[in-house]
Amino acid sequence: MSDITKQSLSELIKNIKDKKLSSTEVTKAFVERSEKSKELNAYVTEDFSAAIDKAKKFDENPNLDLKLPGIPMAVKDLFCTKNVKTTAGSKILNNFTPTYESTVTQNIWNEGAILLGKLNCDEFAMGSSNETSFFGCVQNPIDKDLVPGGSSGGSSSAVAAQLTPITIGTDTGGSIRQPASFTGIVGLKPTYGSCSRYGIVAFASSLDQAGPMAQNVRDCALLHEVISSYDEKDSTSIDFKRNNYVKELTNNIKGKKIGIPKEYRVNGMPKEIEDLWKKGIDYVKDCGAEIIDISLPHTNYALPTYYIVAPAEASSNLARYDGVKYGFRADGENLIDMYEKTRSEGFGAEVQRRIMIGTYVLSSGYYDAYYLKAQKVRKLIKNDFDEAYKKVDAILTPSTPSSAFKIGEKTNDPVSMYLNDIFTVPVNLAGLPGISIPAGHDAKGYPLGLQIIGKAFDEQNLLNIAYAMEEKINFKNKITDWWIK
Amino acid sequence: MSKDKSEYLINRKDNQYEVVIGLEVHAQVTSESKLFSTSSTKFGAEPNTQVSLVDAALPGMLPVINEYCVKQAIKTGIGLKAKINKRSVFDRKNYFYADLPQGYQISQFKDPIVGEGKVILDMPDGQKEVGIERLHLEQDAGKSIHDLDPKYTFVDLNRSGVALMEIVSKPDLRSPDEVNAYVKKLRSIMRYLGTCDGNMQEGSLRADVNVSVRKKGSKEFGTRCEIKNVNSIKFMQMAIEYEANRQVDLIEDGQSIDQETRLFDTKKNETRSMRSKEDAHDYRYFPDPDLLPLEVSEDFIEKLKLEIPELPDEKKKRFIEKFKLSPYEATILVSDNETSNYFENVIKKSDVKLATNWIIGELFAALNEKNLEITESPISAGNLSKLINLIKDGTISGKIAKTVFEHMMEGDKDPKKIVEEKGLKQESDPKALEALIDKVIDDNREKATEYKSGKVKLFGFFVGQVMKVSAGKANPQLVNEILKKKL
Amino acid sequence: MSIDLKTIKHISKLSRISVDEKKAEKLAGDLNSIFEFIEKLNELKTDNVQPLTSVAETTLKLRDDEVKSKNIREQIIKNSPQENEDYFVVPKVIE
Repeated sequence: MSDITKQSLSELIKNIKDKKLSSTEVTKAFVERSEKSKELNAYVTEDFSAAIDKAKKFDENPNLDLKLPGIPMAVKDLFCTKNVKTTAGSKILNNFTPTYESTVTQNIWNEGAILLGKLNCDEFAMGSSNETSFFGCVQNPIDKDLVPGGSSGGSSSAVAAQLTPITIGTDTGGSIRQPASFTGIVGLKPTYGSCSRYGIVAFASSLDQAGPMAQNVRDCALLHEVISSYDEKDSTSIDFKRNNYVKELTNNIKGKKIGIPKEYRVNGMPKEIEDLWKKGIDYVKDCGAEIIDISLPHTNYALPTYYIVAPAEASSNLARYDGVKYGFRADGENLIDMYEKTRSEGFGAEVQRRIMIGTYVLSSGYYDAYYLKAQKVRKLIKNDFDEAYKKVDAILTPSTPSSAFKIGEKTNDPVSMYLNDIFTVPVNLAGLPGISIPAGHDAKGYPLGLQIIGKAFDEQNLLNIAYAMEEKINFKNKITDWWIK
Repeated sequence: MSKDKSEYLINRKDNQYEVVIGLEVHAQVTSESKLFSTSSTKFGAEPNTQVSLVDAALPGMLPVINEYCVKQAIKTGIGLKAKINKRSVFDRKNYFYADLPQGYQISQFKDPIVGEGKVILDMPDGQKEVGIERLHLEQDAGKSIHDLDPKYTFVDLNRSGVALMEIVSKPDLRSPDEVNAYVKKLRSIMRYLGTCDGNMQEGSLRADVNVSVRKKGSKEFGTRCEIKNVNSIKFMQMAIEYEANRQVDLIEDGQSIDQETRLFDTKKNETRSMRSKEDAHDYRYFPDPDLLPLEVSEDFIEKLKLEIPELPDEKKKRFIEKFKLSPYEATILVSDNETSNYFENVIKKSDVKLATNWIIGELFAALNEKNLEITESPISAGNLSKLINLIKDGTISGKIAKTVFEHMMEGDKDPKKIVEEKGLKQESDPKALEALIDKVIDDNREKATEYKSGKVKLFGFFVGQVMKVSAGKANPQLVNEILKKKL
Repeated sequence: MSIDLKTIKHISKLSRISVDEKKAEKLAGDLNSIFEFIEKLNELKTDNVQPLTSVAETTLKLRDDEVKSKNIREQIIKNSPQENEDYFVVPKVIE
């Protein structure tokens, strides 16, 4: 089968279970395509020969009861993988090889999947375009010199370009949903506490959440089912009854109430986005759901809040990268000199910028004015959602205020880069699940996504709405393989 | 009472200064595993062999709290008669240091687990109450070793993450003696509770000492200096003495005192400034987002209250009331749980008064000489009890008992056997004693005559002679009686 | 408000990241534009709002006091930049 890599996850699993394809065949197909796709720069670390070995081993004694039997898969390089280099897209971890495995990836391997390699991302997941990676920017398979979004840019690019059938990313302020939207794929940010953070390089602990990225909603649901688990090793992991997300997946959303928040109609929103949103509303109505206008009055304050909370936590989370125990170390005359040089040479500009913001907002005399204030506004933002969910089951918004932009277009203006996350950030601040599904194209033929935001722990409902809409939208990604010579 | 004898004042020309001291005691929580990780807390292991992925702050590692450490902190709070906070919050204290792997210490800043409490000190001139400001849980740091290499510092993370209780006193202490009494009392309470072993050699108990001075009678506090990480009571006292005098000298000289952190140099016996001011610390405390607020129920606290043993203050009260001990004796006997247990075991079957004297006197002196703890005493409570009974029933005299005691210190032997083997039994047969006494009078005719003519003082001489001749075995009471008659 | 070079130097000291003059100026510019946009929060009155520190609606779970992590010194030291079998090694600390 020459079109192995074009198959969805569900098709691949069926073919492996029906013995029409072996894990080795599937793995080799993805390895081959990945090798031809180096120009995308989606991988930081390739683990191809080990993957093929593992696939062969799987085929010798295949356990077909597993949820991901012999399925090869690359993951974002923010997940610690045992004996495989883990960099978080940073020079400071360029030589770091964990001796342990993150809970989320362990769950995946436990279900029979095989690691293909580690995918590029913004440094410490700080970025919206993958341009902050120490390992260079990633190409969006949609078009040359187009960013794939960020921070899970290697992940979005790899799924869209079919270098991996599915992947996992992490989402602190939109890092799964925005790149999914920019590359025409599906990306889910689960409820905070749904997936364990153990073994994931931390960016902002109260916001970080791992989640699946896939070509369609069903694949996304399956991967979510695998990675979501209660974990005693993460004190913020939540012990709730998890659904069989695939089994319970349905396109029947009749009578569901979908909220449309007026505050998301931001100034200067491109007409294409406005039109896409209207189309989305029509699709939802077609499915038999009810549209209700709602208000989330503090939406405009979400980004400023985020740019206090996330850097503050990051400034502390990244203090451990000091050249003492692991990672890059610069020579220094004494300990302090070594610290300052290591961190100045080891972190890129955006990471340094955010550490500085975070340090500043926590520093003596500014804590109340910034950090405490932000925590209070965060409460107001969460209250907005709590109020809205008294009236509706889910909320529909655009995923991003624009389609993918060109590499280099926004690198000199941090604020305009930050504005990319305007629709995704409130979801993280409130700890809610959100999904981005591809819903159309702009005039340039670039994909555009719609976001559905759910109640906490209500991923099933969210996936069902996405599933029903997906059927109506019938999106086709326009990928030309331009990078393959 | 215009001038209290025990008042500790520093005198300069016409001025008298009072010293104001507050202590931040860092007590290692007795537990098997660390506060937020599952590695061992045992003392003395090879470097870096008790370090988990969490302790070394590897990427993606997360803290999970140890329930036992929480219980220990609450128990200590109950022992300090303090308010237990049902909701407390862990914060990050951010600073860089080689032995602080996370780049922050997890501690409790705004909302500690234990609030205000108190400790009662027994001072020679009466009791004194010292206020406790708070008690909170925090992580210990690792250890930097600077003397293994001329160019490099070596880091051992075995201690990194071990649970500490920081117990902050109010600035209620006024002298090195009170500090001594306070630390000992705190240590005693925690040892009773089993929440901290109080072993200062192993660093289980250290303190930061806040010292300021003010003119006697002044109500305002002076500027304080914090002397960091002092690890023995003696050094605390020396440091306070030096620091208070340094501050007084500055004031007398018309200079001001800088609020700063100082270090006590044990070799030079002086404190010196630790950090330059431009490097002033800004710890950027904020709630640790990897942890949630710690919430404990009323029920949880009530169950712990049931586990609290009788503490030194209550025990002392009981000893005074029930056994009629003096406050001085009771204070000594309750100073630690092992001593009071020993005492109570001895008096199960013997006279309280004698037991008290023998334990506080002979036993403590003998143990002290051999540098032994009460738990290591060669004389068991049972055997001491037997010895006391031999005295009480007249089998041996108090003097002979001392000889027997010395033999007992050589090994845990039954005092009855020692008395038999060495033939130390007291001579209480009046006939035998009469014979002895007759002989003594006979040998000292002149003195007997002098006695009879009014030199009453010579009575003691005759008693001594009788005891000498009997090799100390004669029953002194009977000797007295018979001698009186015969003379 | 405006963040001056002195503040940038102070923050860089706290965060142990060295900055030269040029970098400090660039950072001051960036931070000022970011804080201009952050200042929007001042429009809101929040005096009576309880701060939200975690969205995880659960209480802190307590684990048993058991030693599970044994001696893994080799693993712990494996990635350290300066080799030594027993210790982490750093340039001399000067107080």
